[in-house]
Amino acid sequence: MAVRALLNLPKTARRGEIIEVRATIAHPMETGYRADSEARVLPRDIVRRVECRYGGELVFSAELHPAIAANPYLAFPLVATRSGAVSVTWSGDNGLQHTESANLEVNA
Amino acid sequence: MTLRRRHWLALALSPALPATATPEAMEAAVKAFVGSGSLRSGRITLDIAPLVENGNTVPVTVSVDSPMTAADHVRSIAIFNERNPQHEVAVFQLGPHNGRAVVSTRIRLATSQQLVALARLNDGSCWQTRVDVIVTLAACIES
Repeated sequence: MAVRALLNLPKTARRGEIIEVRATIAHPMETGYRADSEARVLPRDIVRRVECRYGGELVFSAELHPAIAANPYLAFPLVATRSGAVSVTWSGDNGLQHTESANLEVNA
Repeated sequence: MTLRRRHWLALALSPALPATATPEAMEAAVKAFVGSGSLRSGRITLDIAPLVENGNTVPVTVSVDSPMTAADHVRSIAIFNERNPQHEVAVFQLGPHNGRAVVSTRIRLATSQQLVALARLNDGSCWQTRVDVIVTLAACIES
């Protein structure tokens, strides 16, 4: 199944400006505590880790647990220091590994 | 006959729902996060609606009063809960590149309970805030 994910940040920023990065991924975040109609416990299927890299450098990471709502959404700030790629990688159960990337242009 | 009825009663009374984290388990998790550092109240705010209608998606924002410079910044922020099946909610790692210590996300709440947000600074000190939340529609119940 194709992964649907969104990475939202401004296209351009002034040097030193604090921008907001928002990332969300379409994912059920199955807790592993719920049962189906036949009372079988549904196995856990969650996004475990989210990492944000800016120009290859790790600038933010999050460790998620079943208490995070479905379609996990994260918003965090980032100081625009140089033009480069901002990428967010989601990884988790059942071999989930997905990266979205966007370019940030920084003007002096 | 009585034996059989007792057997069924025992089955009916046995916890069918998953075990929930207890306030003690949450305190243990908080201790594990803090480690040997000192834990103080303040500097951190956990922004959440005090009355939650739908526990399946509850927007939260954690912010820490910190200049976020190389000399003084927040290393990590953690959120714990009291009565979900697991006491961890999320742990975020930040640094001076973030400029501000603010993280927003959406969480699940199984029932009315207390939430704790913790921040660990680069000098090793830990700061906490606790918020009580009332939940009218709980998460994790519908199948």
